[in-house]
Amino acid sequence: MEHYNMNLKLRIWRQKNKSDKGGLVDYKVENISSEMSFLEMIDILNEKLVEENKEPVAFDHDCREGICGTCSMFINGRAHGPWHATTTCQLHMRAFKDGDTIIIEPWRAKAFPVIKDLIVDRSSFDRIIQAGGYISVNTGNAVDANTIPIEKNKADNAFAAAACIGCGACVAACPNSSAMLYVSAKISQLALLPQGNPERKTRVLNMVSQMDKEEFGSCTNIGACEAECPKEISLENIARLNREFAFASLTSEE
Amino acid sequence: MAFNSKIPAGELEKKWEDYKSHVKLVNPTNKRKLEIVIVGTGLAGASAAASLAELGYKVKAFCFQDSPRRAHSIAAQGGINAAKNYQNDGDSVYRLFYDTVKGGDYRSREANVYRLADVSANIIDQCVAQGVPFAREYGGLLSNRSFGGTQVQRTFYAAGQTGQQLLLGAYSALERQVALGNVKMYTRHEMLDVVTIDGKARGIIARNLITGELERHFGHAVLLCSGGYGNVFYLSTNAMGCNVTAIWKAHKKGAYFGNPCFTQIHPTCIPVSGEYQSKLTLMSESLRNDGRIWVPKKQGDTRKPNEIPEDERDYYLERRYPAFGNLVPRDVASRAAKERCDAGYGVGSSKMAVYLDFTDAFERYGNIEVGKKGLDNISKEKIIELGKDVVKEKYGNLFDMYAKITGENPYEVPMRIYPAVHYTMGGLWVDYELMTTIDGLYCLGEANFSDHGANRLGASALMQGLADGYFVIPYTIGNYLADEIRTAEIPTSHEAFAKTESEVKSRIDQLMNIKGTKSVESFHKRLGKIMWDKCGMARNAEGLKQAITEIQALKKEFWSDLKIPGTINEFNPELDKAGRVADFIELGELMCKDALDRNESCGGHFREEYQTPEGEAMRDDENYQFVSAWEFKNESDWELHKEDLVYENIKIAARSYK
Repeated sequence: MEHYNMNLKLRIWRQKNKSDKGGLVDYKVENISSEMSFLEMIDILNEKLVEENKEPVAFDHDCREGICGTCSMFINGRAHGPWHATTTCQLHMRAFKDGDTIIIEPWRAKAFPVIKDLIVDRSSFDRIIQAGGYISVNTGNAVDANTIPIEKNKADNAFAAAACIGCGACVAACPNSSAMLYVSAKISQLALLPQGNPERKTRVLNMVSQMDKEEFGSCTNIGACEAECPKEISLENIARLNREFAFASLTSEE
Repeated sequence: MAFNSKIPAGELEKKWEDYKSHVKLVNPTNKRKLEIVIVGTGLAGASAAASLAELGYKVKAFCFQDSPRRAHSIAAQGGINAAKNYQNDGDSVYRLFYDTVKGGDYRSREANVYRLADVSANIIDQCVAQGVPFAREYGGLLSNRSFGGTQVQRTFYAAGQTGQQLLLGAYSALERQVALGNVKMYTRHEMLDVVTIDGKARGIIARNLITGELERHFGHAVLLCSGGYGNVFYLSTNAMGCNVTAIWKAHKKGAYFGNPCFTQIHPTCIPVSGEYQSKLTLMSESLRNDGRIWVPKKQGDTRKPNEIPEDERDYYLERRYPAFGNLVPRDVASRAAKERCDAGYGVGSSKMAVYLDFTDAFERYGNIEVGKKGLDNISKEKIIELGKDVVKEKYGNLFDMYAKITGENPYEVPMRIYPAVHYTMGGLWVDYELMTTIDGLYCLGEANFSDHGANRLGASALMQGLADGYFVIPYTIGNYLADEIRTAEIPTSHEAFAKTESEVKSRIDQLMNIKGTKSVESFHKRLGKIMWDKCGMARNAEGLKQAITEIQALKKEFWSDLKIPGTINEFNPELDKAGRVADFIELGELMCKDALDRNESCGGHFREEYQTPEGEAMRDDENYQFVSAWEFKNESDWELHKEDLVYENIKIAARSYK
């Protein structure tokens, strides 16, 4: 792969705190290597800002290997930027060329208020899990792991849904700010496994109710969430959620 | 100060059972009155928080991330070991115990490791019950693979995302307890000191990272589950936020630090590509099940890998270690890669890399698929294609990650890999009950020193984190708290809280008031370089002495020329990082001191002065068969205590994988 260096113009959302109005600020970075990761490019900008006695850009990031779900930048109008199935931290500068302008914003959603600059509060996601995204099994209660065989394709589909990293890109990409892909991934994982069966109905009803309470928007089958999901969580999960929800609503004994 | 490992008497196989049968209990109504503070919510912290809350204790859990689901346990790829013997290949609790002690180069405690192996099977049961989607065979039963340093298949996995799935299991159990009101969760909070009253841990001072405010939190006991300190090397496979601060503060308050210099360098990571590099990415050890490691036989060979014929390749691990081949333990594989690169056989533009090649696996799996599907007259290309599909199912996410980072397609050209800092076996010294040398202060998971000796085997970190949290601490903490039922909640207006908070505050003020010229990042990078060059994969007395002098000078410069933008009472990541780097600098000095003191080579600690003519590590059991437990006395001043290691059930031998 051919390496090259580039100069870039950055337009970055700066917002001092939750109550500040915020706005886009222009910056320039020079000699950025095509081999760098996107966040390493931001590191270089921040080092420069510290040197100039300016406040560095605050952004969420941690593992930098695409699995913790912390990083969350809206880059040139796309959640996690231009590469398919890629988190911001795994996006590399090969995706850009010399002279490009890059606009970087935080996730935008009512349920994800901005804390500072590019950092948003995603605790609403945790509260949705608290509403039922678990199997109620206390430590020590389990039977031998091979007692219940699980069809391989069901186990594989449960795994594919469980691959969700909870980054919130689905919400950011959705014009309605819906969290359906996130919620459906957890519901699917547990609905596909026999262990999830006893709480199947209450889980879907409670999680959906919490999702609404957090003021996420509703799903109108646009599909932007699936297109931008870094872990390629499938829309089929939303269909499954809808089936689970209908089934639970119609047959609930409560 | 107490320094007793409290290993129960009796036969090895019965120690834990006996302990559990006789340990003191706390009755349910008293549990409700006892509060436990837990710092860190990775595998160890989340599993402990959930399990203790289920028992009825009142738990407060803290993490610096925005959600407990982000802890770095999530990045563990390859798998988790358990002595289930589902494969009928001769595995047993004893074998897992034996492999772990041998893998750790005979520097871990027999009783702890045996307990770990003993509870390993329960962990898999618990995780499956929680809905963790482990890989399965067509018959619906759980699948296993092999990891380094073992000759059985005992590793359970979920593609290359095992840590993620296990953490999400523990996280869901934790969130369930949050919903039930048994756990109060504090995210974006960082612990900055332990509060002790009459020699007992009674709470912490934490900083709210959004507002910058300091908070006081009381607990009848405090659990530190804050992970490893590999980021002392700046570049490592750890997440950017991983740090030593929680355990370092405890160390300075009196908790001994065990084997600080035992660092694991993982053999298969993506090589450094430039000066701007912020972290290194691991390629799971599981890849060594199917990938073969090689370098050209000719020094400085510039041909492309696919142009080098088979007989001009040196599969050096298979050559040197025929019994274990590519699956030798991590320390052995790392040193062998360094040896080849230092001798001029390295590949890639930096020449600091070796190949990890899957060509044989593509063909082998392709042929199996042909057989399974009953296909005839198949071209070699088609076979390879079928084989690639199988490899993709096993390791697809790792191959994708490699492609994104390097811009190369690992299905077409072999991966280039090089060792990188990955895990720290050292950590706070704990006794059999996981209690540190401070009463009521416990340490779990990677943050403690126990179980892995001088080298950890692959797929054992997840096992240990969950063993500590799910199956050890729920029993051992009762033994302490049973005597605390008469201790009422201590109000945080107590002078000990006030004093500790003011110490924390003055340190933060001091950092902010340096107003120098250099960024935190620049100091961290310089510390990392000293550590990697002189206390990394190979160490010698001369280099370690230099490193200590250099670190002391760096510390002085840090405290006189550091620049932190912004203010204290706001979200200020630069300030957070400054506190962590200040602690890393102090830790770096202790690591070098420990490495200098240990005049032998064992596991990940390789002292160049102590090696065989073939370059293998030379242990000195006569003089160094002990745990180094360091007591903090004063700045740059520590006292060494030794816990002798006694092996009653394993015959100590030279560790050979030939």
